[in-house]
Amino acid sequence: MGGADWTAVLRELFRVLVFPGFAFLLLLALAGEWLDRKAYARYQHRMGPPWFQPAADLIKLLAKEDLVPRLASRAVFTFLPVLALAAVACAYVYLPVAGGRAVYAFPGDLLVVAYLLTLPAILFFLAGWFSGSPYGAVGGVRAATQLLGYEVPLLLAVLAPAVVAGSWSISEVSRTLAGRPELLPLQVIGLVVALLALQGKLERVPFDIPEAETEVVAGTFTEYSGGRLALFRLAIGAELVVGLTLISNLYLGGHAAWGPVPGLVVYLFKLAVLVLILAAVRAAAARLRIEQMVTFCWRVLVPAALLQLFVVVALRGWWLL
Amino acid sequence: MSRIQVPIGPQHPALKEPENFTLTLEGEVVVDALARIGYNHRGIEKACEQRTYSRCVYLLERICGICSHSHTTCFVQAVEEIMGLEVPPRALYIRTIVAELERIHSHLLWLGVAGHEVGFDTFFMYTWRDRELVMDLLELISGNRVNYAINNIGGVRRDLGPEAAEGILRALPVLEERTRYYQHVATNDSTFLARLQGVGVIPYQQAVDLCAVGPLARASGVDADVRRDEPYAAYGEIPFNVITHTGGDNLARAVVRVGELYESIGMLRYCVEHLPDGPIAVRPRRRVGPGEAISRYEAPRGEDIHYVRANGSDRPDRVKVRAPTLANLPTIMQALRGVHLADVPITLASIDPCFSCTDRLVRLAPAGGGDGKVWTWAQLRDYGIRWYGGKPDGWR
Repeated sequence: MGGADWTAVLRELFRVLVFPGFAFLLLLALAGEWLDRKAYARYQHRMGPPWFQPAADLIKLLAKEDLVPRLASRAVFTFLPVLALAAVACAYVYLPVAGGRAVYAFPGDLLVVAYLLTLPAILFFLAGWFSGSPYGAVGGVRAATQLLGYEVPLLLAVLAPAVVAGSWSISEVSRTLAGRPELLPLQVIGLVVALLALQGKLERVPFDIPEAETEVVAGTFTEYSGGRLALFRLAIGAELVVGLTLISNLYLGGHAAWGPVPGLVVYLFKLAVLVLILAAVRAAAARLRIEQMVTFCWRVLVPAALLQLFVVVALRGWWLL
Repeated sequence: MSRIQVPIGPQHPALKEPENFTLTLEGEVVVDALARIGYNHRGIEKACEQRTYSRCVYLLERICGICSHSHTTCFVQAVEEIMGLEVPPRALYIRTIVAELERIHSHLLWLGVAGHEVGFDTFFMYTWRDRELVMDLLELISGNRVNYAINNIGGVRRDLGPEAAEGILRALPVLEERTRYYQHVATNDSTFLARLQGVGVIPYQQAVDLCAVGPLARASGVDADVRRDEPYAAYGEIPFNVITHTGGDNLARAVVRVGELYESIGMLRYCVEHLPDGPIAVRPRRRVGPGEAISRYEAPRGEDIHYVRANGSDRPDRVKVRAPTLANLPTIMQALRGVHLADVPITLASIDPCFSCTDRLVRLAPAGGGDGKVWTWAQLRDYGIRWYGGKPDGWR
């Protein structure tokens, strides 16, 4: 092998592991968690944490005693948080971050990302079920039940931009829509549906049913502590970033540079705005019951997503697209 | 469907104090609920028998961290009745002012807790912030935020100065405006309504049959309020309405409490504007009785009852406390039947439970299972004499 090949390999590794890959994602996960907590606190007339709090929490958790319940399987108990973080991190390399192209892109990566983002919920279910605690088991079952609620509207919602762009590649969709910003207002319904479904995916108020503190302690995570809990929390933070990056690519026209403003800044700005919106939803609602949540998803979100799809297909069939 | 039993407590995040509820579930629905109380027993009644009357007031103040004034007022009223003391009107008004401030802070606290139980933490943060206004007023009046220590047998310990009166009148409009906002949120926010409406329903007849008291009873349409039915302190002279609601569900309980906030604000305004002049206390004798009295008091959570028996010495012969939570527990055990597991925390919280107020006895079960030993009073007394008999004098 020649020297040039090694440079390419190193560059590839850098893109996957450092920027805009894994390390960057972890940094964003911490920053996103901070912004979310700070905004949530300010909405509630509280001060909120300082900027380094999520990192401090992470370090604190890593230093804490990490217990595995006697009834739980040690291998499964350890494996699940790692897998959750890995699934989310894998999804991130298919998402365009700064500029038009992701680290990897191929026709159909939209479906892969959707699949990878479904994994954490299933892993939460397994983690709760195998932790040997009734609270964990109830939380796990609720996480799985909730999955049946938000997954379909989310998939329907991401279908619309794909139809508009005529592609199953996120990078392609993002680039197409960035080129025709006049199409973005047509997808407002889809954006709202996707944001609400993501709120459910991330198990945040009003859909924090699997973790409802006053009912099931911490649900799935009741028995988790120390490093394993830190990994789970990091995975959830990363899921927030990945989910919002996906939404911003599909509905907000991607992250190409705006004149002198570099693409990275555009990306961070859009991400921050979306985090503020999700934090506002979290602050403004009470927790629903599980059957109310599933009913809401099927009676409101699914028809809305279908309406969005209908609008897009109809317009494409006639003249606009 | 198979039935499973789920224990809630004694340690559970929904309960702020230790108490045990065993729920029988069919799927997600509660079909039976059993309470086991006694985890907070502190022997306060017995301790009263070893203290002079004025020291009892300080001990009884600590029955509850929220309605501390309720318990002391209820106790001193009983003692004053036995002694035949004529308490000066200014003292009665000051007691009423502190009582209504206490009701406001208790109800605001409850609204926040209700929000928290259904995952609406923003509501919790808002109400608890505004509750600080009341806490500041109470500190201004009594020097304390929680255990105000304003009551004394024969009157109150501190006068209400013009500064405190002005402070109250200044804070009331703010509280009124915030109360209006909370009323709007509690009756209009769709997620909050979805969790409260139609949950934990107690019909009128059931509330009457099970002797529910306070906002729980009034939310089921029972028109009962000690402040009006058997006026004490200054309540006979103050105009106010008894808030009732016919809903009987958790939402009705929230609406009744918000309505009572308005009434309390109006009563405070009246009290401060019509505060009579004169002394704030009369000096009581040290020895009381013999005699006995029952005192009733409308605490924020419902009717509080104290029974005091005096034997002519400077210590009570017997003090008995019946806190409102104890009266409401049978009702709420009924309300739990048929609700979803997810609604258990808010339904339990809907009586604003205070378990440290409630627990007056504890039954010890042997760790190995089987029946606990049940002793009569005489047997227990014999045991005590035998146990202390072998000890040197300093033990007592």
